[in-house]
Amino acid sequence: MTNANLSYVREEMLAPQDPPLGQTGVIRWLRENLFSSWLNAILTILSVWFVWTVVSHLFPWFYNSIWSGGSLNECREIRDATLGEGASAACFAVISDRWQQLLFGFYPSDGYWRPILALFLFLGSIMPVLFAALPRKLLLGTAAAPFVLVWLLWGGSIWVAVSVALGFVAGFIAYRVVSSSIGSSLLAILAAIAAPILYWSVLHGPVSGAFSGIIPIELPKVQSKEFGGFTLSVIIGIAGIVLSLPLGILLALGRQSNLFLIKYVSVGFIEVIRGVPLIAWLFTASLLLNYFLPPGTNFDLMLRVIIMVTLFSAAYIAEVIRGGLAALPRGQYEAADALGLDYWLSMRLIILPQALKISIPGIVNTFIGLFKDTTLVVFIGLLDPIGLAGAIRASTDWQGIYWELFIFIGLMFFIFCYSMGRYSLYLEKKLQREHR
Amino acid sequence: MTISVDVPKDSFRLSQLLYDTRYRSLTIQVVAFILLMLSFSWLVSNTVQNLSALGKDFDFGFLSTPAGYDINQRLIEYSSQSSHGRAAIVGILNTLLVAFLGCIVATVIGVLVGVLRLSKNWVVSRLMAVYVEALRNVPLLLWIVLIFALMTESTPQPRDFREGGSASMLLGDTMAITNRGVFIPKPIWHDGSMILGAIFVLSLIGIWAFRRYARKRQEQTGDILPVFWVSLGLLIVPVTLFYFVLGHPVTLEYPELGGFNFQGGLQIRNSLIALWFALSLYTGAFIAEIVRAGILAVSKGQTEAAFALGLRPNRTMNLVILPQAMRVIIPPLISQFLNLTKNSSLAIAVGYMDVRATLGGITINQTGRELEGMLLLGLFYLTASLMISSVMNIYNNRMKLKER
Repeated sequence: MTNANLSYVREEMLAPQDPPLGQTGVIRWLRENLFSSWLNAILTILSVWFVWTVVSHLFPWFYNSIWSGGSLNECREIRDATLGEGASAACFAVISDRWQQLLFGFYPSDGYWRPILALFLFLGSIMPVLFAALPRKLLLGTAAAPFVLVWLLWGGSIWVAVSVALGFVAGFIAYRVVSSSIGSSLLAILAAIAAPILYWSVLHGPVSGAFSGIIPIELPKVQSKEFGGFTLSVIIGIAGIVLSLPLGILLALGRQSNLFLIKYVSVGFIEVIRGVPLIAWLFTASLLLNYFLPPGTNFDLMLRVIIMVTLFSAAYIAEVIRGGLAALPRGQYEAADALGLDYWLSMRLIILPQALKISIPGIVNTFIGLFKDTTLVVFIGLLDPIGLAGAIRASTDWQGIYWELFIFIGLMFFIFCYSMGRYSLYLEKKLQREHR
Repeated sequence: MTISVDVPKDSFRLSQLLYDTRYRSLTIQVVAFILLMLSFSWLVSNTVQNLSALGKDFDFGFLSTPAGYDINQRLIEYSSQSSHGRAAIVGILNTLLVAFLGCIVATVIGVLVGVLRLSKNWVVSRLMAVYVEALRNVPLLLWIVLIFALMTESTPQPRDFREGGSASMLLGDTMAITNRGVFIPKPIWHDGSMILGAIFVLSLIGIWAFRRYARKRQEQTGDILPVFWVSLGLLIVPVTLFYFVLGHPVTLEYPELGGFNFQGGLQIRNSLIALWFALSLYTGAFIAEIVRAGILAVSKGQTEAAFALGLRPNRTMNLVILPQAMRVIIPPLISQFLNLTKNSSLAIAVGYMDVRATLGGITINQTGRELEGMLLLGLFYLTASLMISSVMNIYNNRMKLKER
């Protein structure tokens, strides 16, 4: 029995066998993802059929699309001549015929570069806010942007815009001087409010007039009623977004406040604004605002709309931020108090950065909603893209066209809103601190 | 050694109003109150001046004067001789009608899409993602206008339904889709339909009682009764039985082509359909995201724990996942219903006669009572939303997880 040198154990490794055909590659993926059960298989087949139907109808329609022609009838003639009677073809000639109107409304056509430049300037000036990697000095440009943009869009003398901006500079200087010399923050704030008002009421006219006399830099003036199309939507949307965020933060803080009066005024404001649809508020702005203002005042409809839209979305943003504030653990508030920070410092350094971070998705959703809601201005007589689409469909040339117009408008809105949503996802990921 | 701590008994100084936190809040509130009152009285005095300059007064008497305009869709008796107040009520009912129909369809769409978007099926989940993104990123107004244009421009005219015409009725000649609206059969209530209604209500009560009994029995003995099938039977059998016993108390009136339009049947106007479907599809996309988030919010450990206890997937879903997901889903769901109701004021785009169109539109134009009309309109929406949000608060408080 000396078989000890006999080995029962295999000494070399066998090459692994290939997995069964059903467990690899495409087949496995198909089985797991598309045909894992009867219900799933039916769903897959149904949705593939649906996609196929849509694509097989849409593709020839898009592929044959006609881009030239002055009316729907011309479009049809071209189609019948080239593709045969009754072929499926989109008539995007309506876009090439009317795109200026859809984008710019009745803005003077030799000034189309102005809204375009303004859009790029805006995008450039917002970059340092959106992306923290950029140098902080660029924020100075961001602060100057509102004045430049307003001047660019509405025209007039540049010195008016510069002089208005100087008012804010005056306020800032007054704040610095008073707070460093006297040391009282309350007096400094009062000075910061008083200085610009004094400046605007006394010096603004002479200063801007004098400079305009010396170096006249002017753009032709454009009336608010000439704005329309996407220019109008984007202006109202951006103005509303920029103005409503600070107001919303203040309202949210007011609602959380210990001060009885401040708290209930904020609550009342937020609930009343949120309880009534935006259309009703826009009608209020166009029908009723004159009742509440001193007799004889009459100001720009576009400005009224911007104010209403701002108040409206500020109430929504306030609720979103309140959610963020409520989600913070009590310990954060108590820690801020224990450090001896006063109310504003603790809010600015400890509470708000965390609360705003939590509420980013909600805030961006509100912004997207605001941007979509700018289409409602059509009901009080401003010509937004949908209003212009109605006008185009009512004209004799383009009666009976709708898909092409609505696809174009829908796509434009989609691009804006979708990119806002994507940015919020990026921000959420970037600010994520918890390990999950 | 004792240390006596004497609180310095300084007399009250005026600067304490600013620098002492005990008094500062008082100062701030007094200043705020004064500012508030000043601006309020400024607004009121402006309004009074403007009204008197226009020769108007502030009076709700116009509500009882004859309206003098017709409303093409009404749920209650109304003629042009009825009062403005009644016109407003017709409008309110129309708003509530489209909101109710919209909420139901939006919930169905939302739940389906939300669940399907989580499905492992790649094609289906992509398709649902496309649906949600497309609907959420394009203004609702565009959808309303688009569906309205589709309904009015690409559907056949009633005359196409004549002999040899290009269009034909659907579902065995009971339904017609035309550019003037969709015509469907109309139920006619004969004698005895009240009894049938009572039996229906009774069977609903029966279902409720049975469910209660089944739950109690399960808690006590552990036996599980076939709740679903019994409920279904209770719902269908008695009503069907009595329908034949009472001799067809409810019959249907079918739409028929007469002259240039369909006669008889129920006409659902294109304005209602466009508004209804656009609102449902749009809100459905938002609800889908809420449902998806709610299901994802239940941590995976819960499912695994339920499986470890030996629960089947079906029961895991019903007893473990859904009750927890519901806590997350219900509050935003209700606020979506509220949004849908408020968005129904976009009816203006298609000429649907909702409360904004009657009270806030034609009535204001005819009587020149902008202030009163808008005030009432705002009050209606405000009451509706405050009521719904207070219901939501009660729910939230009941469902709140009890912590420290």
